Amino acid sequence: MRDLNAEEIRDVVKRLCIDANCRLPSDMRECISKARENEKWDTACEILDRIIENYGIAADTDRPICQDTGVACVFLKIGQDVHIKGSIEDAVNEGVRRGYTEGYLRKSVVRDPLDRVNTGDNTPAMIYYDIVPGDKVEITVAPKGFGSENMSQIIMLKPSDGLQGVKDFILKVVEDAGPNPCPPIVVGVGVGGTFDKAAYLAKKALMRPVNVRNEKPFYAELEREMLDKINALGIGPQGFGGKTTALAVNIEWFPTHIAGLPVAVNINCHVTRHKTEVL
Amino acid sequence: MPKRIKTPLSREDARKLKSGDSCLISGVIYTARDAAHKRLCELAAKGEELPLPIRDATIYYVGPTPAKEGQPIGSAGPTTSYRMDAYSPTLIALGETGMIGKGKRSPEVVDAMKKHGAVYFGAIGGCGALLSRCVKKAEVIAYEDLGAEAVRRLEVEDFPVVVIIDSEGNNLYETGRKAYLDSLK
Repeated sequence: MRDLNAEEIRDVVKRLCIDANCRLPSDMRECISKARENEKWDTACEILDRIIENYGIAADTDRPICQDTGVACVFLKIGQDVHIKGSIEDAVNEGVRRGYTEGYLRKSVVRDPLDRVNTGDNTPAMIYYDIVPGDKVEITVAPKGFGSENMSQIIMLKPSDGLQGVKDFILKVVEDAGPNPCPPIVVGVGVGGTFDKAAYLAKKALMRPVNVRNEKPFYAELEREMLDKINALGIGPQGFGGKTTALAVNIEWFPTHIAGLPVAVNINCHVTRHKTEVL
Repeated sequence: MPKRIKTPLSREDARKLKSGDSCLISGVIYTARDAAHKRLCELAAKGEELPLPIRDATIYYVGPTPAKEGQPIGSAGPTTSYRMDAYSPTLIALGETGMIGKGKRSPEVVDAMKKHGAVYFGAIGGCGALLSRCVKKAEVIAYEDLGAEAVRRLEVEDFPVVVIIDSEGNNLYETGRKAYLDSLK
């Protein structure tokens, strides 16, 4: 059994909160540059140029890429041979508190969805725990902006709706969202499981680099097909028209009940941020 | 060439702007988003004076990140506008002539814009670091308790926007997309 102090987790979370908000991951940067090369519509090209200029300024001047520095989604993969000394939950929240305060990030969390008083330190984080083999702890911080989160949807399809039903629903969600979630977007899809599991899979799909396809060929092909279909809608960057409506479609799947076909679509904007460190 | 606009923006000048126009805004604009709009409309309902001069004002839907030492403001890009739809018709009727945000608006907002003469500008969403460079001065003038959602008076220089919906109801989200799709035929 390996011992690990919760303070170490706290310090990593703090660092990842700041880093993720100021530096766009390389997979996203490459994907946006490639989209710019393939874009022919003038307005769309201008917007993509601005987007590229913006994340450059953010990295060079240590400013957040976007003012919505999000709710902190923290994914922990905890090795079953690790013994953490101290409260993990407290450590994560203290890391978020320090990261958002010391990193000049926006505090966007309200303590109760109905009384809507800001907690002032961006806590609590949304924490997802996975127990895995080994003696390491993998920590991913993904600040999630709500302009895109608000455009996400879930549906409990019938088995008879089948593959076509899944495709139609993905396109419907993107069409409904239109210009609102700051396209070009990244589309996270969860298929199967239960009502909540599908939503979790969709969120998890957004953690996968945009240049990595599903390892199962059927889903990898579905991801490519849906990206082409979405980019034929013409919504374009910021909704002003163009090819580049989405940068990637990432799909995760899971077995489900004989009576069900849950599908969740979690939308992310062009500022798809996540940073990972292993302790 | 982008049009240069000075705020405050009269209703007459707002009516001259057309959907699709690229503009650079200079002058004073005010920030407000969900919570501030709610409070402003509660004051208006009671017939009380608002904490900002609403006549001919342009409101920017933004909740900036905190400013570091020596900076007027942190990152400051637009938030999604439809959440302000419940409140905008009231403010437009009181004299608001410009709104800066991103995303769709309701038919009620567009009706108020047509009736009174107001324009809906879009700034590029997710470009907060870039846009913050156009903000020269920022000062909280109301609702400090709301933090990022407080009402701020911003002095901006050449702040880049595009007219999404004009005072006749023309909508760049519809025309831009259609023009692109038609170009493929």
